[in-house]
Amino acid sequence: MIIAERKPIDEIKGFVEGKTKVLLVGCRGCVTVCNAGGTKEVGILASLLRLDAQKEGRDLTVDEFTLERQCDPEYVDELAELVEKKYDAILSMACSVGPQFLSRRYPKEKFYPSLNTCFIGGALAHGIWAEHCQACGNCIIHKFGGMCPITRCSKSLMNGPCGGSSEGVCEISKEVECIWHLITTKVMEEDRLEDFAPIQPIKDWSTSRDGGPRKIVREELVK
Amino acid sequence: MSEDFEPKIIAFCCQYCAYSAADMAGSMRLQYPSNVEIILIPCTGRFDVILALKAFEAGADGVYVAGCLEGNCHFLDGNIRAKKRVAYLQKQIEQVGLEPGRLAMYNLSASQGPRFAEIVNEFSATIIHLGPSPMKKKLAA
Repeated sequence: MIIAERKPIDEIKGFVEGKTKVLLVGCRGCVTVCNAGGTKEVGILASLLRLDAQKEGRDLTVDEFTLERQCDPEYVDELAELVEKKYDAILSMACSVGPQFLSRRYPKEKFYPSLNTCFIGGALAHGIWAEHCQACGNCIIHKFGGMCPITRCSKSLMNGPCGGSSEGVCEISKEVECIWHLITTKVMEEDRLEDFAPIQPIKDWSTSRDGGPRKIVREELVK
Repeated sequence: MSEDFEPKIIAFCCQYCAYSAADMAGSMRLQYPSNVEIILIPCTGRFDVILALKAFEAGADGVYVAGCLEGNCHFLDGNIRAKKRVAYLQKQIEQVGLEPGRLAMYNLSASQGPRFAEIVNEFSATIIHLGPSPMKKKLAA
């Protein structure tokens, strides 16, 4: 899923400065699962913004609504009735796709992103998320013991580990595990180290962002 | 700060310890400030940050969560989870201008009626020292 986190409250306060009526829009997709922008987080941010306004004696109405997803037009349409209430600002609590879709559907409204979209990852434990994919467009994890060196090696090495690997951790931080250490340990345990004898060729990045923004068209699904 | 300031305090009390301790304090005829409104929760693990935020929005001057002694939670680690939520929310409310001291976490057992009264006195004194919630002051102005 896409992992995101809420922007610092001061930055969000800047978005609503001088406004009297704002709408917070959450998303029940990835950002609900990573506890960044679901119904609950919308409620918390709305409450914090109201408290901030109360403290300064400012009049601020903060309405809350959570869409099923902000990255699908049919769900974005559901906001039409609410948008008619004329908000001074609409804050999206989805990944960056959300406010972009909302802006396109409701061009007259002013949208702001309340989250920073961080990475594609998974939950290592409740409350801990780690990056596992960088959407290079050509998955090759089967060659590396089911682990992605493109994402999880700091240098995206195809032939590792490098000299910066020490006691299973990467030289950039003791918090970062060396994925090449894990890959080689796993293949040694499986007694198939010879699979790693051939040098892996340079990765073909043409499926990644090198060709600009990507798009998939599935003709059998297009109406 | 006004001499006659009576803080409005909301206490989220676990039914297995703090709530029972409040009962005991009552049975023992212990005196404690009457401006604390106790809300029964099944475990402090049920405490959610939004509950405290709603209390502050509604004009509470202070909010505290009272759960079992660490290691004695009926649901194993509800009180530890609550402690982390309280710490998180203290940082959040500070960023919108509310003193973090207006939110607190206490631990006590069901048999500590006198400790319950002591906590109410202690927290009330803290809130009286801090004065009325800055949110409330502006609303009244």
